[in-house]
Amino acid sequence: MSDSGKQKVDYSAFPDERGHFGIFGGRFVSETLIYALDELQEIYGKLKENDEFQAEFDRDLAHYVGRPSPLYHAERWSRELGGAQIYLKREDLNHTGAHKVNNTIGQALLAKMTGKSRVIAETGAGQHGVATATVAARLGLKCQVYMGAEDVRRQALNVYRMKLLGAEVIPVESGSKTLKDAMNEALRDWSTNVDDTFYIIGTVAGPHPYPQLVRDFQAVIGREARAQCLDMTGKLPDALVACVGGGSNAIGLFHPFLDDESVAMYGVEAGGDGVETGRHAAPLNDGIPGVLHGNRTYLMEDENGQIIETHSVSAGLDYPGVGPEHSWLKDLGRVNYVAINDNEALAAFRKTTRTEGIMPALESSHALAYAEKLAPTMSKDQIIIVNLSGRGDKDILTVADIDGITV
Amino acid sequence: MSRISQKFAQLKTDGRKALVAYIVNGDPVREATLPTMHKMVEEGVDVIELGVPFSDPMAEGPVIQKGHERALAHGVSLTDTMAVVKEFRKTNQTTPVLLMGYANPVERMGYSVFAEKAAAAGVDGLLTVDLPPEEVESLKTELASRDLDNIFLLAPTTRSERARDIAQHASGFLYYVSLKGVTGAGHLDVDSVKAKLEEFGALTDLPMCVGFGIKDAESASKVARLADGVVIGSVLVDAMSKAGTDSAQVAASVGAIVHDIRQALDNL
Ligand SMILES: Cc1ncc(COP(=O)(O)O)c(C=O)c1O
Repeated sequence: MSDSGKQKVDYSAFPDERGHFGIFGGRFVSETLIYALDELQEIYGKLKENDEFQAEFDRDLAHYVGRPSPLYHAERWSRELGGAQIYLKREDLNHTGAHKVNNTIGQALLAKMTGKSRVIAETGAGQHGVATATVAARLGLKCQVYMGAEDVRRQALNVYRMKLLGAEVIPVESGSKTLKDAMNEALRDWSTNVDDTFYIIGTVAGPHPYPQLVRDFQAVIGREARAQCLDMTGKLPDALVACVGGGSNAIGLFHPFLDDESVAMYGVEAGGDGVETGRHAAPLNDGIPGVLHGNRTYLMEDENGQIIETHSVSAGLDYPGVGPEHSWLKDLGRVNYVAINDNEALAAFRKTTRTEGIMPALESSHALAYAEKLAPTMSKDQIIIVNLSGRGDKDILTVADIDGITV
Repeated sequence: MSRISQKFAQLKTDGRKALVAYIVNGDPVREATLPTMHKMVEEGVDVIELGVPFSDPMAEGPVIQKGHERALAHGVSLTDTMAVVKEFRKTNQTTPVLLMGYANPVERMGYSVFAEKAAAAGVDGLLTVDLPPEEVESLKTELASRDLDNIFLLAPTTRSERARDIAQHASGFLYYVSLKGVTGAGHLDVDSVKAKLEEFGALTDLPMCVGFGIKDAESASKVARLADGVVIGSVLVDAMSKAGTDSAQVAASVGAIVHDIRQALDNL
């Protein structure tokens, strides 16, 4: 028991053997997939402790992805805000332009170990699809990416990038034609082709062991940031801020700091038109626990348990669920989950571009917008680390469209 | 003994195979479901599987997905589905009806409320595609307390040891998914079904029905020789979607298919 009388949680002990984070997580899939998940869990369990595997992962991250990514002190912006010092963890500088590649490098190594010749993925904004197509090209694996037909239209640039990389993009016409439907279709494909196919899930969601292994691959973000911050400033940060779609960049930053009680954490969901309007993608702010895509977690659903459509200017956050570990961290009170609406995110996109010369992804802009609110409430000697999860090039057409400009 | 177990015991005595038929409640129109259920029984269906529409039916192929979408378009819910069973029971107390669907609508209602309402409506069992035995514990207790059967799937990828476990959790019958894939898929391999059924049959006394990929009298006959019964679904949902919105015509479209398959099963 700690001083506050609260039970101390051993964060590293979760998920448990069956993939549960408290009541969240688990393995809610059809019987056909259980075998494949068992196999994946077994292989990952062995490789996790295997030095050679870890060394190969680290080597790829260094020489292919370009890690470590810098921790950058946004001095001008911090000065303007007049409060805490803002540091940006530059995942936008990774190969392919976002944190997503940390995970696809790891899962591609697993795919290689399992000897499967084909990989599939779901994608929303197309960043995970691109990161998957990239590692597939490098390893000579056949790659098919499921993408909601609506997103194929919204993210034409990334669709073409995937095609150039040799992947086939399959538009999904069912349901709401967005990320959640792409994930349904990928799960259907996987149960059909389970013998020769490895499913590379793009975030810390899905059935066990995905939330765990994706977290472990992304935790490099937080490990680096922690060491860099100590190195540059001699102390730990006071707050961490990251956007939360499925939650992989956020958990990657947060996880290595969970035991540091002095570090506050903010997960920023997509508020869309505003949480109060119901038109958003913020299940941790305005959802309830339920079961979707293989795990129990907070969801956006109606009173009959049907999953409802989400709204966000950023395709990468447009998902009605969230990784189960975040649901657990919310209920434990360890992480604060807040929401930033479309307009606030767009303003932060412009602000960061003009003030620091860094064009962030619209997803990451949600985190930046929250940091903008948080910094002035803190003192000048305090530190906020914001996860700049990706670069904004992919969003230029979306922003131009909002500005009424045809590029 | 549950209505499902009674039915299988009777079929065994009679030397007949079970014909299990799946439709989605409220598809293509709300009014069609009840007459279609009665028509199915009239033409020889032994067990009705009534699909509970869900926004994300991840084990369904395109045909049944569309059935769910049509039903949801007019707001059909789990509560509505129980109401249909209650209506059905007014004139039929013998044909087992089980609800087939996904975990989330049941979660949302609450396990205990679900079990109470389902039992009161005359539902006999539940098959939740995404609730494997390791996640089913608390629901199982609620179902058992209301004498509702818990139907589980076995798959071509299920290993013997696990199948034995599943059989211990299951009651009523076991549902063997004939192929790796989604409902309505077209790559049924009778030899592999035979091998798996022999393996699983040795592990349990529960009746074994086979579904996924059975589309007509011929495929039904081939599979029925190996099992205690067959499950048909996509072929019915497809026919219903093409029958228009007149309830009698929808029911008739299903009746004709059921009639053929029943005859084939009785003439094995
Ligand atoms: C740049 C960027 N950040 C964040 C996300 C959201 O994903 P997650 O919450 O898993 O980090 C995406 C998803 O596409 C993305 O492209």
